[in-house]
Parts: sequence; C-alpha cells; structure tokens
Amino acid sequence: MIEHTLNIGRISEGFVLDHIQAGKSMDIYKYLKLDKLDCCVAIIKNARSNKMGKKDIIKIECPIDIIDLDVLSFIDHNITVNIIERGEIVAKKQLKLPKEIKNVIKCRNPRCITSIEQELDQIFVLTDEDNEIYRCKYCEEKYHGK
Amino acid sequence: MRHLMSPLDFSVEELDRLMDLANDIEAHPGKYAHACDGKKLATLFYEPSTRTRLSHEAAMLNMGGSIMGFSSAESSSAAKGESVSDTIRMISCYADICAIRHPKEGAPMVACQKSSIPVINAGDGGHQHPTQTLTDLLTIRSLKGRLDHLKIGLCGDLKFGRTVHSLINALVRYHDIEFVMISPEELRLPDYVRKDVLDKQNIPYKEVVRLEEALPTLDLLYMTRVQKERFFNEEDYVRMKDFYILDKKKMTLAPEDMLVLHPLPRVNEISVEVDDDPRAAYFRQVQYGVYIRMALILTLLDIHVD
Repeated sequence: MIEHTLNIGRISEGFVLDHIQAGKSMDIYKYLKLDKLDCCVAIIKNARSNKMGKKDIIKIECPIDIIDLDVLSFIDHNITVNIIERGEIVAKKQLKLPKEIKNVIKCRNPRCITSIEQELDQIFVLTDEDNEIYRCKYCEEKYHGK
Repeated sequence: MRHLMSPLDFSVEELDRLMDLANDIEAHPGKYAHACDGKKLATLFYEPSTRTRLSHEAAMLNMGGSIMGFSSAESSSAAKGESVSDTIRMISCYADICAIRHPKEGAPMVACQKSSIPVINAGDGGHQHPTQTLTDLLTIRSLKGRLDHLKIGLCGDLKFGRTVHSLINALVRYHDIEFVMISPEELRLPDYVRKDVLDKQNIPYKEVVRLEEALPTLDLLYMTRVQKERFFNEEDYVRMKDFYILDKKKMTLAPEDMLVLHPLPRVNEISVEVDDDPRAAYFRQVQYGVYIRMALILTLLDIHVD
C-alpha cells in the first residue's frame, strides 16, 4: 500500500498550534481572526497523532507579538503553542485565561439583552480565575471555561 | 461620568455619603427645592411600573427639575424596532440624566455604554434593581441607626425575589450581619446566593419554614410575596400560604423594635391590620425611596448644595 504524506514546509518566525482537536482548526482560525492577517497560514486537518489518533495543526508565519493567543486557553486547554524563531521551536507559550472574550460564545440566557439588541458584541468577563468562570457582561449569566 | 447599574457600584464609603445626603434632604427639603432647576430627567420605562417611575419623577420634581419619557415599550420607538443603543443616543440629546427599566437583563448596561448622560438602572428583568436596594439600605440605616450588627429575616419568595438577592449582596459588606431565611422548600434561596455569597464569606444564616419560628429574634423582617404559581401543586400552596402572612397575632411574637420592610406592592402577605403597628416601616420605606433617588440624581449630576 502506498502511504500518502503531506509535507508543509518550515516557517522561520511565528507559531505552530499543535494538538488541536481534529476538525476544530477552522474554528480556531476564525477565533484568532487569522483571515484578517496578511501572512502565510497553513491549516493541516486530520494529521496523524500517536496521542490523539487524529489532530489538526495550524502554522502561522508572522511576527510573534501580533496575535493574542490567550483565547485558545478558553477554547481548548490541550492545544500546544510552539513559538518559532529562525526555523526552530524556541519556546512553548504558556496560555493565560483572557480577562474578556468577545464574540466567541453566545449568552444562553433568553432574557439577556444580547438576544434582541442589534449588532451587540457577545462579551464575557472572567470573574473567577481559579474556577475558570466567565459571566456575560450584560446579564451576568455564568459560563464555565472548562 | 458615573452610572448606577448595580448596588455594588458604590463602595461602602460612597454609600455612606449618599445616605448622609439623603438624610440631609429629609431634614432640609427646602434647601434642595431648586437644586435641579433647568435639568431634565428622562424615564425610559419599557415595561410598566408605578412606584419606581413615579419615585424617580417625584425625586426630580422635588428639586425643581423637569421630567419626560415613556411608560411602556408600546408607546416608544421600541415598538418600531429601535434598539436600546439608538434610543439612548437620542435621549442623550434631550435630557441630562435618565432612568431606564427594561424587561431584558443588561439593557441598562447597553444604554450606559452609548450614553453621554448618567444612566440609572431602574430594573432590568430579574437581574438588578439597585435603587430598591439603596432604598432598603437607607430605610434600615435611618430607622435602626446602623447597617451592622443586625439579624435580618427574609421571608417569602427567596428563589426568584431579586430584591432579596440584591439586599443580601449589599448587606454582607457590613460587620456582624446574620440572616434567617424564611420560605417554603420550593422557594429557598438559590445556591448561587447561598454558596457563592453567604458560604463564601462565612456569613451566618439559618433556614426555617415557619415565620413564627424566626420572629422573636429578629431586628428586621423583610417580607416578599409568595405567589401561588410558584408552587408545584395546589395542596402545598394551601397548606403553607398562611405561614407567610404577617398578621397582628404573629407580630406579638416580634421584638418591640423590630422593623417590617416590604418592597411593595403587597397583596395579602402583610395583613392590613399591621399597617398601624409602629414597627411597620414599608410606607416610610417608600418615602425613603424618594430621598435616596434625590441624593442619587444630585450625585450622578455632580450637583453640590451648600
């Protein structure tokens, strides 16, 4: 049987987001607003993984200070963020929970003003870091980050 | 510019100053009769309310200001589909300060983000009703002389009653506060208040089913209405409804200096015969509601009266 492999070239400066749950890479692409960046982005879907079976990977070639990756810790704890400089992994970025997340999740409370007000951003504020609890900025509906 | 969204927006010290001002207004109303000459209050009431709207309007009129607004969504541009953001931008051009009541939770927060005038949250669904809490605090402080060292009974619908939750959140900031929760099992205080507020801050409380059990030890009894539709079945309602009706007989069990408060409207949970009892403070509470709103309007408009 012929084994097909797909190779994506190295990047010289940027990030490699590894161990993304298979099929979720386009969500991450959207949350990080990578479509707005004028840089090279490679999305690898369903890559083989010893640990996960299948996984997604995103490679982003960009200056390392232009993307706020903290939202990833809210979306998926298991994602590994490798920082690349001069073509090598120089560090694994520790992600912090963002203080505020905007337009990532929607408020579930049907009585919340976000359910009717036009073009209102869905904003959640971190109110309890230890327990990873966010609350809707408007109605204070609770949302567990975990 | 400041707004009032939640009773916790003010620190304890700021609340003290606000209540000092309200007490000065109570003592010297003439001094404040023209404090708001030329100023306009807009009351944006997307759902009907008698007391809260009239109380805000009375507060402004008492200080020489004018009032404008609407008292239901049907009589506003909301009926044409206008957003809260657009309405407040428009109102900001007409008025100097506004009070907003809206059935959707967080609507006043949306308003204050787009407003160029101070916004008072006059009730947003089951979420917050800060001017009621400020009224309750002023009533207690004025009539008991303190907001600390109090044993407070909260009676009735403790599950859905936002005034009760809000009052608990405000009172736990004071020293030596103890609560007695008096409610049927179905209407117990929800976990997010019991655990997240009381247990977290080690505030002593106990839960009882009968009002008589609690009455002899209380400094203050805060009554709310137990609504029939909150019960799972008719039988339980019939069995328990009288537990939560305060009458003259039950008042004989209460200490001489215990106060009875109620956010109103009352239906039948306080018998009319209690009204003449000197401990019944719920109508004086309404009057304090006007004083605290006067103090709030002056504070948010940054008006100082010598």
